[in-house]
Amino acid sequence: MTQETIDTLWTYGIWLLTVIGFSLLMIVGLLLIIAYLLLMDRKVWAAVQMRKGPNVVGPFGLFQSFADLLKFVFKEPVIPAGADKGVFLAAPVATATLALTAWAVIPVSENDWGRWVIADLNVGVLYLLAISSLGVYGIIMGGWASNSKYPFMGSLRSAAQMVSYEVSIGLVIVTVLLCAGSLNLTEIVNAQQEGLGTGIGLPNSFLDWYWLPLLPMFVVFFISALAETNRPPFDLPEAESELVAGFMVEYSSTPYLLFMLGEYVAITTMCALTTILFLGGWLPPIDVAPFNWIPGFFWFLLKVVAVFFMFAMVKAMVPRYRYDQLMRLGWKVFLPLSLLMVVVVAGVLQYGGFV
Amino acid sequence: MTLIAFFFYVFAVLCIASAAMVIIARNPVHAVLFLILAFFNAAGLFVLLGAEFLAMLLVIVYVGAVAVLFLFVVMMLDVDFAELKAGFIKNAPVGAVVGGIVLVELALLFIVHGFDLGTAGKLQAATPPIESGIANTEALGRLIYTKYVYFFQASGLILLVAMIGAIVLTLRHKEGVKRQSIAAQVARNPATAVEVVKVPSGSAIVPSSQGQNS
Repeated sequence: MTQETIDTLWTYGIWLLTVIGFSLLMIVGLLLIIAYLLLMDRKVWAAVQMRKGPNVVGPFGLFQSFADLLKFVFKEPVIPAGADKGVFLAAPVATATLALTAWAVIPVSENDWGRWVIADLNVGVLYLLAISSLGVYGIIMGGWASNSKYPFMGSLRSAAQMVSYEVSIGLVIVTVLLCAGSLNLTEIVNAQQEGLGTGIGLPNSFLDWYWLPLLPMFVVFFISALAETNRPPFDLPEAESELVAGFMVEYSSTPYLLFMLGEYVAITTMCALTTILFLGGWLPPIDVAPFNWIPGFFWFLLKVVAVFFMFAMVKAMVPRYRYDQLMRLGWKVFLPLSLLMVVVVAGVLQYGGFV
Repeated sequence: MTLIAFFFYVFAVLCIASAAMVIIARNPVHAVLFLILAFFNAAGLFVLLGAEFLAMLLVIVYVGAVAVLFLFVVMMLDVDFAELKAGFIKNAPVGAVVGGIVLVELALLFIVHGFDLGTAGKLQAATPPIESGIANTEALGRLIYTKYVYFFQASGLILLVAMIGAIVLTLRHKEGVKRQSIAAQVARNPATAVEVVKVPSGSAIVPSSQGQNS
């Protein structure tokens, strides 16, 4: 080997190791955070219903998620005789993998070391849209491969639901993109450093973030995110009163765990996306002394947890939608509203002297 | 460069293999799933070419929407495999002739032009080079919304007409279907919703306004 080849290998090797290292760090951190978000989900739900929630495994039930993990992993996976084995097993793997893939482009902070993101894509938002639109495949494949009525019904419902709400999510994201002028997620966050608050002479604060000028879109995005991730009140794909457990009826043990994991990772992705698009990402709420000492990552985490808290509260408080009402809301309310807002926002930006 | 070549071969081989599986697979649902895999690898090839915007659009539009509808339809159809096979043998000569012609044409192209890009290379040279520092999303946007804005709008209109056409073809107003009228529900008040009936003791009530207050 010549010196040049060795140099090339060395450079690629370092680069590859760095990418793998950061990816591992991201996945392990994400899974740990999700284990506790899951616990928080159950605790919030319990608190609303005046129960205690999981409190047996470890202090305050802190190890509940890990106990559940072990239980799922050590059980026997049952594959129905009539199932299409390959697709049946590929479905949960696809769901979990795709959900985790989305985190490759999500920036969690930015400081003097650089941007805290694995892949700083110029088309980060489009990448997220693409990945979240793929989430539906795991569900369709699972429902079809089970070769059973309820899962099939559940997966058809889910496919229609996710495709419908993607449209309004896409248009809401377009309004944010118009304001930020970039498809790069880090630049979208940085564009929120100045806004309405600085416009009237205040220091950088939470008033600059896009939730305020785009308040209707923030609400539409939040509700669409609930529908997109099949969270209550839009959990019709797995409505237990009608479909037993929807597309997950035939799944058990690790495949079921992967579906569950994929679902919660997708929910966390949506929380992170809400944080990035509307709540200023890792920017401190007020850019003055005690607040901007705290590293940006913690602000990001805090905001993600706050959005997740809203997800959990909705689950606890709101009754389930009927399917025709769900479709009506998506196509007849959100789609026209978000389309109108794209026109309005573009008009205000063009003729209001912001460009 | 070697890394790019490696990924090119991975994507290209997977793309061709899954494209072949689309026609070889017996189960139509498997065929659609392989089609999705082929789309994915094509998107990977676009990324290697530096056209990340096109790659993402390919995944969002084709994989995220079009293929979902394919899968929807194929899953719901009750496909008769025996009939499909009979059709394959009947149509095989026609398919072979068409495939053969395309193969001969491609071979002729390569014989005449060699393995350089030929006309495609010249076309690429004719377009103005993209300024450095501009992402290809921005470059595409500038071109579409300035130079080709009328073509862009016209294609949008064609799609709109197609969409309205599809809706008109499938829209049926069935009689006697119960629908929810949210406006009517919200407009209800105690006067229209509740009927207070005085019941004389020892006699039955005859419903006076059946169906009016539904």
